[in-house]
Amino acid sequence: MRVLGIETSCDETAAAVVESAAGRGGRILSNRVLSQLEEHRPFGGVVPEIAARAHLDHVDRLVAEAMAEAGLGFAELDGVAATVGPGLIGGVLVGAMTGKAIAAVHGKPFVAVNHLEGHALTVRLTDGLDFPYLLLLVSGGHCQLLAVEGVGRYRRYGSTLDDAVGEAFDKVAKLLGLGYPGGPAVERAAAGGDPARFALPRPMKGRPDCDFSFSGLKTAVRQAVEKAVEAAGPLDERARADLAASFQAAVAEVLQDRAARALARFAAELGRPGPLVVAGGVAANRSLRAALAEVAAAAGAVLVAPPPGLCTDNGAMIAWAGLERLRLGAADPLDFRARPRWPLEELSAPVPEPAQWEPAQ
Amino acid sequence: MVLALPDEAATAALAARLAPLLRPGDLVCLEGELGAGKTAFARALINALPGPREEVPSPTFTLVQTYPRDGLEVWHFDLYRLERPGEIWELGLEEALVAGASLIEWPSRAGGLLPEERLVLRFAHAGAGRRVTLEPHGAWAGRLTELAG
Repeated sequence: MRVLGIETSCDETAAAVVESAAGRGGRILSNRVLSQLEEHRPFGGVVPEIAARAHLDHVDRLVAEAMAEAGLGFAELDGVAATVGPGLIGGVLVGAMTGKAIAAVHGKPFVAVNHLEGHALTVRLTDGLDFPYLLLLVSGGHCQLLAVEGVGRYRRYGSTLDDAVGEAFDKVAKLLGLGYPGGPAVERAAAGGDPARFALPRPMKGRPDCDFSFSGLKTAVRQAVEKAVEAAGPLDERARADLAASFQAAVAEVLQDRAARALARFAAELGRPGPLVVAGGVAANRSLRAALAEVAAAAGAVLVAPPPGLCTDNGAMIAWAGLERLRLGAADPLDFRARPRWPLEELSAPVPEPAQWEPAQ
Repeated sequence: MVLALPDEAATAALAARLAPLLRPGDLVCLEGELGAGKTAFARALINALPGPREEVPSPTFTLVQTYPRDGLEVWHFDLYRLERPGEIWELGLEEALVAGASLIEWPSRAGGLLPEERLVLRFAHAGAGRRVTLEPHGAWAGRLTELAG
């Protein structure tokens, strides 16, 4: 089975073709991602109108490139998948309409994919992982722990009560004058810093639930910056590095504590230790990955993370989520509406019945 | 009007007094630096309106989130990432200003595109807590007397 996937829900325009492999996992035939990062850098963040326009400018070309690289014509596809939410509605509409149009013209089934489900199922494409597993989804807009029990079957253990982790990184980068994107900038600065110099809080640590909160940590960094500036004038490189390292250490400890709680709950409910999967843009941070590997090992679980290029937004994960749904016999009508807000738990599991479309050999 | 908000309970109390005043078409601007308590107040206000308990995460990355409450839809905007004011039209502002109550963080990023008729809440750090200044514009001056009473 081969599926085209289109992703336009935030700051990347992306198109990819994946195919199911015999047995488990899949194969990426092409994966084109056009990051709008360069266009956004001067603004210190993702600018929505630029995003919608750029998606419109580039999506047709990226789809054509993805098809050419896969060496396929549209007629050879088994389906077309596009992100229809959650995300910036202007961008989502561009990808959703493109996907629906291709499906309609070529008489292929269309799958309306939830962007978060794309992240959630990526490890089944890359590592052929079986259900169930525990997912820590950490990105600029999301921070949640979920038990993934099947396609469309997600139970949320916890999520952020305020800021997402990626957002905290971006805002701290801004407070420290480190530039955009904040994640890599903070990680670079932290590499040479002393994580023990500034005492920062570990919000939610020790709480019995699996929720997160990063707003107070952001405020604490802000206060530490103000105090340091008052005492010694503008931040020097040393102070920046130490603050970045102290912040990153606080985040790592919180993620460890929350993940440990979730691993315990997962083991109690599902009778197995993990695996723990980490996905989303923040999963590219090596120091956080190492911290999570520790906590997984302590629980007797393995840590599985997609390669960094598949942690950030991409089309392959959308194509794969579409493929997983199609092979369970699920497709969506062409009047499926784009949804700016679409929590994973509101997704339904496809009815497990034989696929309506013959898988490609 | 300047109010001290020493803790979360004080923020919730102010939200509970403001919530019954909200009507469709209202615009409430939340000003203040990073960490000043804008989103915390928006969360309290949304949950002070009748309806099921909602998580209200920061809308910084999603730019806008809508919350259907009983009898009133609340649009929670965060314009932090906007650079040019015109970009706000893509977020559905026109619809929000007619049909819902709009809570807008970082309203200055919208330039002069927001209506003058608004309630501005200016948040600032005050020791370990916060302080908020209420600035009514247009008819809000009269409406706020209900709040004081």
